[in-house]
Amino acid sequence: MSTTLDKAQLVVIGAGPGGYAAAFRAADLGLDVTIVEPEANPGGVCLHRGCIPSKAFLHAAKVIREAEEAPLMGVSFGKPTIDIDAMREWKNGIVTTLTEGLGGKAQKKNVHHVRGLARFVGAKKLSIDLVDGGVAEMEFDQAIIATGSRPAMPPFAKETSERIIDSTGALDPTRIPQSLLIIGGGYIGLELGCVYAALGSAVTVVEMLPQIMTGADRDLVSQVKRRLDKQFEAILTNTRVLALEEQKDGVTTILENNKGEQTTRIFDQVLVSVGRRPNLDGIGLEQAGVEIVDGFVKVDALRRTTAEGIFAIGDVTGQPMLAHKATHEGYVAADVAAGKTAAFEPRAIPAVCFTDPEVAWVGLTETEAKAEGRKVKTAKIPWRSIGRTLTLGRDDGMTKMIIDPETDLVLGVGLAGPGAGELISEAALAIEMAARWQDVAMTIHPHPTLSESVMEAAEMFFQD
Amino acid sequence: MKQDIRVPEVSDGVVKGTVIGLSVAVGDRVEFDQTLLEMETDKAVVAVPSPFTGTITAILIDEGDEVAIGQVVMAGEPEEAGAATSTELESPPEPAPVRAEKVSRVPAPTVAPISAKTLPPPRTDSTPPGEVAPASPIVRRFARELGVDIHVVGGTGPGGRISDQDVREFVKRVMAGADTGRSPAASRPLPDFARWGEIERQPLSGVRKITAEAMAYAWATAPRVTQDDKADITGIEAFRKEFNSKATPEGKLTMTAILVRVAAEALLQFPQLNSSLDLANNELILKSYIHVGVAVDTPAGLLVPVLRDVDRKGIVTLAIELNQIAAKTRERRISPADMEGGSFTISNLGGIGGTGFTPIVYAPQVAILGVSRAEMEPVWDGGEFVPRLRMPLSLSYDHRVVDGADGARFLRWMCTALEQPLNLVMEDPA
Repeated sequence: MSTTLDKAQLVVIGAGPGGYAAAFRAADLGLDVTIVEPEANPGGVCLHRGCIPSKAFLHAAKVIREAEEAPLMGVSFGKPTIDIDAMREWKNGIVTTLTEGLGGKAQKKNVHHVRGLARFVGAKKLSIDLVDGGVAEMEFDQAIIATGSRPAMPPFAKETSERIIDSTGALDPTRIPQSLLIIGGGYIGLELGCVYAALGSAVTVVEMLPQIMTGADRDLVSQVKRRLDKQFEAILTNTRVLALEEQKDGVTTILENNKGEQTTRIFDQVLVSVGRRPNLDGIGLEQAGVEIVDGFVKVDALRRTTAEGIFAIGDVTGQPMLAHKATHEGYVAADVAAGKTAAFEPRAIPAVCFTDPEVAWVGLTETEAKAEGRKVKTAKIPWRSIGRTLTLGRDDGMTKMIIDPETDLVLGVGLAGPGAGELISEAALAIEMAARWQDVAMTIHPHPTLSESVMEAAEMFFQD
Repeated sequence: MKQDIRVPEVSDGVVKGTVIGLSVAVGDRVEFDQTLLEMETDKAVVAVPSPFTGTITAILIDEGDEVAIGQVVMAGEPEEAGAATSTELESPPEPAPVRAEKVSRVPAPTVAPISAKTLPPPRTDSTPPGEVAPASPIVRRFARELGVDIHVVGGTGPGGRISDQDVREFVKRVMAGADTGRSPAASRPLPDFARWGEIERQPLSGVRKITAEAMAYAWATAPRVTQDDKADITGIEAFRKEFNSKATPEGKLTMTAILVRVAAEALLQFPQLNSSLDLANNELILKSYIHVGVAVDTPAGLLVPVLRDVDRKGIVTLAIELNQIAAKTRERRISPADMEGGSFTISNLGGIGGTGFTPIVYAPQVAILGVSRAEMEPVWDGGEFVPRLRMPLSLSYDHRVVDGADGARFLRWMCTALEQPLNLVMEDPA
C-alpha cells in the first residue's frame, strides 16, 4: 500500500556529509527541507562506517605504536592487552554521539526526515521504500541527489563474508585476524592496514600498480612506505589477485606479479579495498531525466544536473570522493536552490591519508606538474630538521611547497609526517587566498611546532 | 660505453641518505643535470643529477633504501659527446654537483602511470585546482554575484591576485564601455584554444587597441549602409600620369589626393555627409570645415592622419601635403593631434587590389569612402564596346543621418565629377 507525503520544497536524498550539509544550509535559508535517508540519523558512510570509525581505530593504533616506542624515552608499558569488543563499542559510542547530535540538529532546524530509500518516478516525484515497511510517494519542487558511494567489489570477490570483508566489515570487527590480505594499496587499504598491523595482524598489501597510494607524489609516499615496510608483512606492488577461495581455515589466494609468477597463499581474512562506486543504481535517474556521464552524474558548477530543479553533490558527481568536497558542494546546491548566487569553484581540495605517518596534499602535485609540463619551483624540507619532530620521538616526515616562478603564487603543498592532515589546512587557505610563498614565509608560525616546516619550505625560495 | 652513477658529495658531514624518489626508469633517456633520484639526508632533500646525457641502463637501488655517499646507484650509457666523455672514462667518474631541491622543474619524460583506482585523483573536477583565478573565495563569490567572470578580471595585486576592488573597477570599465556602445560581448570568456593546437599570445599594440575600440564603437552605434558605384577615370588617370611625368617626388599626384579634393566638393553639395549626430541633444552637428582623414597602412597598423580645410586647397597643395603626412605616418612621427578632427574619411585599397569592400564609418563621422583597384573594362558606348578604366567606389554611411537616396546621389555626384571634372564647377558654390 502506498501513502502520499506532503510535497517537499526541497528533498535531499541521502544524509551523508554532503546531504546533511545541504539540508541544514537550505533550512537556514528558509526552505522547507525533507531528508530521505534509511539510517536513523544523518551521517552517511563518513560517520557510520568511514572517516570517523577509521579515525577512532587509527587513534587506538597510534596509542599502541607510541607505547611500543616509548621505551626510547625511558617509559615502558609492557605488552598491551586488546579487547576488540570494547574497542568496537568505544567506536560505536563515538558514532552514536555524533550522529545523534546531527539528528538533534536536524530537528532543531525543522528538517523532516523520511526513513527510506528514494527513487525518482517522474520529473518531480519520488517513490520511497520506507524502512518501516510500505511505500510512500512524494512530490517535490527541487531535489538534491546525495546518495554517496559504496565499496567496489572486484569480479573475484563479489560478496563479502566473515573472511572476505570490505571497509564496512573492517570497521566493525569482532575479532583480530592472524593474517590479513589487503587488496588495494590506496588510502582506505593502507589506513586499515595500519590499524590491523597495530592490533597484531600480519598485514600483506597487494597493489596492481607500481606504487601504493597512487595520486600522491612518490617522495611523500616513500615516507609512509619506509615505516609500513617495517610494520607490514609485505607490500606487493605490481601484483594482481587472480582468485580467492574461502576454506575452512582461511582464504586461499592466488597472486600474480608483473613477471607472470604466481604464488598461492592463505590468509585468515581478506580486506577488499579497490575503490568506491557511486550509488546510482535503482534510483530512477532516467525517470527524472538526470544524465550520467562516465559513471557519474553530470553537473555544472552550480551542481545542477541535466534535469530542471534537480541537483547532485558528493561522490555521485565524481572524484575526488571526499566528505569535505561533498559538504561544500552541498552548500553550493543549497544556496542555488534557495535562489542565491553560488558555484563550486575551489582553487584546491585537500586530500589526507591518515596512515602513520599521515600524507596530505593540496593543489598541484609534483606528479601533475611534470605530467602537464608546467614550469614550477619546488622546495622540500625534511622534518628531521624541525625541532618538534625529534621531541615527538620521530625522525620522519617531509614538507614540500610548489610555486609558480612567474607569479610567486603557492600552487601546491605536500606533507608527510605525523599529524600532516592537521597541517594541510594552512596550505589550503594559502592557495584559496592566492597567497605568494613570501606571505607564508613571513607569517609567524609558533615554535616549536611541525607547522614551522611549511614556513621553512617557503623560506627556501628566499635563497634563490 | 657504460658509466656508473654514484651518490655525490652532498655537504660536510653527510655520509648517507635515504632514497625518497626515483625520477627515472631503466631505458629512459636523460639529459645532463636532469634529476635521477631524490634523497633525504639529515639536512635536506637533495636531487642527484645525471652526470651525462644518455640512457639509464640499470637502477641498483629502490625507494626507501639507504645509500652512502660514493655508492653506485645507477648505470647508464652516455651518448657520444666528444672528448669530455672519453676523459671521464679514464678517471673515476666525477659526480655532478648536487643542488638543494629547489630547482625549476623541467618536465621529465617518464611519469608514473596515474590511474587512481583507490585514491582520489585530485584534479578531475571541471574546475581543476590551480586553474581557478587567483582571488579569495569571497571575491570569487562577489564577482559571480555581479555576473562577472572572474577569469577575465585582471588582478592588480601581488602575483596577479584579484581583489574585490579589481572586480569593481572591471565592472565600472565594462559599464563605461557599454555606455559608449562597446559591446558587452567583448568580455565574454574565450575557450582554451590550446586544446586544439599550439597558440601564441601577443600583447595588443596601442594602435590595435585603439582601432579595436573605435571599430567596435562604430559598429555598435552607426547602422551602416554601403553604396557601390564605379567611376570612369580614364581621362583623369591620363592627366595624372601626364602630370607626374613632370612632377617632383614630393609633389607626385596620387589618386587619393584627387579623391580628397573631389570629395570636398561633394561634401559641400551634400553637407549632411559632413556632419555628426548628437542624439543626446537631438541635433545634427553640421561642420563648416572639411577635414578629410586618409587611412594609411603602417607596420604598426592602420592610422588615419587628417588633411585640413581641403575645400580651400588646390590639388597640387593637397598632393604635397598628403605625401608628407603619409610619410610621417609610416615613420610613426605623426602626433595624435594630426589624427583628430576629421569630418570624412577616405580609405584607398586600390594599390593592393580588390573589387569592392564595405568600410566601417569612422564614428562619430557619418560617411567614409572606400576605393578599390581601377580596372580596364569594356563599356558599351551605344555603338560598340570601348575600353575604359573604371574605379570601384564604396561609400559607407551612417543610415541614421544619411538616407539611401542621398548616399547614392553623393556617390554618383563624385563619379560624374571624376568622369567630367567640369561638373565640379557647374553649380554655384554651396
